[in-house]
Amino acid sequence: MTDTNKKGASARPVFDDDAPASAWTRWRDTEIWHSYSRSPVIVTASVVFVMLVLGALLAPLISPYTPFDPGSLNLMNGFTKPLSANEFTSDFFLLGADDQGRDIFSTILLGLRISLFVGISAVLFAMTLGVVLGLVSGYVGGWLDAVIMRIADIQMTFPSIMIAMLLYGIGKGLTPPDLRDEMAIWVLIFSIGLSEWVQFARTVRGATMVERKKEYVQACDLIGLSRWRIMFKHILPNVTGTVLVIATISLALAIIAEATLSFLGVGAPKTEPSLGTLINVGRQFILSGEWWILLFPSLTLLALALSVNLFGDWLRDALNPKLR
Amino acid sequence: MLAFIIRRIGQALVVLLAVGFVSFSMFKFMGDPLENLLGQEATMSDRAELAERLGLNDPIVVQYTRYLTRVLDGNLGISYRAGLPVGKIILERLPATLELAFLSGVLAIGVGITFGIYTAIHRDGIITNAIMTISLIGVSLPTFLIGVFLIWAFAVNLDWLPAFGRGPTGNFLGMELAIVTWGGFKSMILPAVTLGLYQMTLIMRLVRSEMQEVLRADFIRFARARGLSERAINFRHALKNTLVPVITVTGLQLGSIIAFAIITETVFQWPGVGLLFINAISFVDIPVMSAYLLLVGTIFVFINLIVDLLYFGIDPRLGPTGGEGRHRA
Amino acid sequence: MLSTRNCDNAVSVSPILTVSDLIVEFPTRKGILRPVDRVGFEIDPGEILGIVGESGAGKSMCGSAIVGLIDRPGRIGGGEISLSGQRIDNLSNDRMRRIRGKKIGMVFQDPLRSLDPLKTVGDQIVETIRTHLPVSAAEARRRAVAALEEVGIPAAANRIDAWPHQFSGGMCQRVVIALALAAEPALIIADEPTTALDVSVQAQIMALLKRLCRGRGTAVMLITHDMGVIAETTDRVAVLYAGRLAEIGPTRDVLSNPSHPYTIGLMTSTPKPTGGIERLSQISGAMPSLRDIPKGCAFSPRCGRAFAPCYRNIPVLEPAARTEVACWLYDEEYAKDAANLEGTGHD
Repeated sequence: MTDTNKKGASARPVFDDDAPASAWTRWRDTEIWHSYSRSPVIVTASVVFVMLVLGALLAPLISPYTPFDPGSLNLMNGFTKPLSANEFTSDFFLLGADDQGRDIFSTILLGLRISLFVGISAVLFAMTLGVVLGLVSGYVGGWLDAVIMRIADIQMTFPSIMIAMLLYGIGKGLTPPDLRDEMAIWVLIFSIGLSEWVQFARTVRGATMVERKKEYVQACDLIGLSRWRIMFKHILPNVTGTVLVIATISLALAIIAEATLSFLGVGAPKTEPSLGTLINVGRQFILSGEWWILLFPSLTLLALALSVNLFGDWLRDALNPKLR
Repeated sequence: MLAFIIRRIGQALVVLLAVGFVSFSMFKFMGDPLENLLGQEATMSDRAELAERLGLNDPIVVQYTRYLTRVLDGNLGISYRAGLPVGKIILERLPATLELAFLSGVLAIGVGITFGIYTAIHRDGIITNAIMTISLIGVSLPTFLIGVFLIWAFAVNLDWLPAFGRGPTGNFLGMELAIVTWGGFKSMILPAVTLGLYQMTLIMRLVRSEMQEVLRADFIRFARARGLSERAINFRHALKNTLVPVITVTGLQLGSIIAFAIITETVFQWPGVGLLFINAISFVDIPVMSAYLLLVGTIFVFINLIVDLLYFGIDPRLGPTGGEGRHRA
Repeated sequence: MLSTRNCDNAVSVSPILTVSDLIVEFPTRKGILRPVDRVGFEIDPGEILGIVGESGAGKSMCGSAIVGLIDRPGRIGGGEISLSGQRIDNLSNDRMRRIRGKKIGMVFQDPLRSLDPLKTVGDQIVETIRTHLPVSAAEARRRAVAALEEVGIPAAANRIDAWPHQFSGGMCQRVVIALALAAEPALIIADEPTTALDVSVQAQIMALLKRLCRGRGTAVMLITHDMGVIAETTDRVAVLYAGRLAEIGPTRDVLSNPSHPYTIGLMTSTPKPTGGIERLSQISGAMPSLRDIPKGCAFSPRCGRAFAPCYRNIPVLEPAARTEVACWLYDEEYAKDAANLEGTGHD
């Protein structure tokens, strides 16, 4: 409906007092925009999130040092305090340097990159898997549905962080020992993704079963459209909003799961550290007083998790008040 | 009701069998048992002979059954890393995890329910707002960060409590427990708070919202109209109705405490099964990993079962004379 | 018949409940709403007063105000409520609590939701009795059985340990009535007691309530929108419109000889049990929302007989033919104008 309106509006002159409705003005009239612009917390959260994402994307450009290039490291820089220059090398460190003389600001930017990459990839993986299994389960039904939902039930019995750890262990066991460090990130994505698919599958299945009973789907069946076509072209668009909400909430969970696993030493390796790995490194200096090595990565993780969480909560309420 | 209980126990058994199958598969498909036993130099015929002797050529179902009987006998294999029977290692470490989980469970339920009731009855007010704000932070912070910050505040800066380890233990009912000694108890406080905080916030928020919902119910209004005291209304009527839905979630949260103990134990170097599990993952010690899975799976299934059966004790609508099919509503 | 008896009594007996100029206020962001605006009435001992009006007219709010159970942020904004001559609208929470259940019993609309689902019926009755009367647990239980027998629960001695969900709606309402009467109150406020019930049991429950209250001399304030229930049960009736009292008088007179144009409309829009094929008329328009009560008489925009003062001033309750009416048509000063106006209007 809105599509045809838009075409009509741009094709010929409309009423004089009516400014041509650009996508932006129409967006500004929507409920979602209203609820967004009225909530300062959400605006702040999304600005923080966008800044963090930009920082991660542009990390190679904005980081002042290359902390994981062994050639550029200078051990003399070790333990330089934040906002100060090292007394021997006179290198300046915004957020200080760690024991190896790595710039904390740069490691955070690169860690953020890994955290976001793992988090987003894991959610995309979980979403694809969950949506496909949910569609199949809800549309095909029968024993296939029973098996998929039984597996989902059993998995739901356990906390997803534990499943992720277990899957990481299995994945690590299946990787050849000499490739383990290189593959660690992918194993991490696989295990977190596989621990989060259930929510997607259940929701999509529910929506599919509702849609399937509707007349238009039965009509599609009658005129011989293929099942896959019906599922993806007709049923999927109806569940996009819900899937989006779950994806946002899952992203927060995935980021925390990744940080936790990496912190525990069963995630991103020290050569490719994520925020969790950095916090784990920083923890070792908690007793000796080099607080900045721990504090800044922790604050970054906190800002990331909190902003995604708040955004997810808001999106849930704005898009689908029923889903709670 | 009997039919429901039987069906429920049946479901629990199915889940246990599935968990057992995953543990079994880890043994079966990860790592090469023949290589572990024979070493790299074994000939093909040696391998074939041993495979036949170990029954590795039997159908999967037969092998799985054999695995289950072995597990039920208490034989969980030998740890690759420690070279000791896994069952023995786990039994040694289990008391440490159980006492930690117990203390944080008591903390989470006790404080969670108390605060939940308080904030539901006193809807606004300084204390309620303070509790709600702190709980928001408790929900958003990852467990390991809470642990690290507690160490930083109470162990490093204030130097009140130990930062790592379990402290001295004493013998209690045949188990070595830290909670029975003062030093051990002191070392337990920070890990227990860390582990319990998240569950506590969840329980508190759930109790609060459920109780507020119940307090708006018609029967509470009618109880007021009957002239009952606020105390009787809050504690005799509202609380019991609140606890029915809370019990499920709380039960499941207790299960999660065991799982989240992995994180807490690592942060505080608490020598329980969680730390054992993390180390097993790092070293790909498959017998330990699979035994841990079995252990936690069993605990979870039992907790779920007990929670479901508890419902019958609490909600008369599910009792022998209750309406069929109304459970889970 | 009943009304005449009451008219005779009214002179000598002092009322059990006196409500005068009661105002209930709800502060909102857009100003203060008044769901009840200067309502006054009396109930004599043993009398059944019906309160009738559309939903949102302030009937239930009146009942809640009397027992001090207005939901926050609502509050009593003025007026007085007296029970047996003692003011109760300014009592502390705790003293009001001792009146609820003890001196004023309440019956709500949905019996299935009025009882705590996790307590046996007996527990709830015993609890109520022991809250208000200094009796032992055994004695309270004996009384609870008696109370259940009285409201017509078969095998009361066994059913006392049953759970609320094991009762039907009608049986539940009987239990609720037993609870309301447990401490022998002098007044029962029944808020739509039969609306949620099957039509077949509505009459039984009303008959039961009426019989029990008549037997004990308990006064009843019966809130309902059902004119049939009003006709069969009540001695007097008060008609509420948009939070204000429109008309009050003996039931027979209000029903057969209403004076207020709203009451007249109400009566002609209700099918008469006496039969006869009669076209039911409707009152045009809808009751105004509390946010925009018109100036003057709240009914004026819908009133076919409204004239100048109706749009300016709020009418006060004054005696008319056989009832008391809040309508400018019956004001002596304006009556002539109105008559003239009507005369021209009809020509």
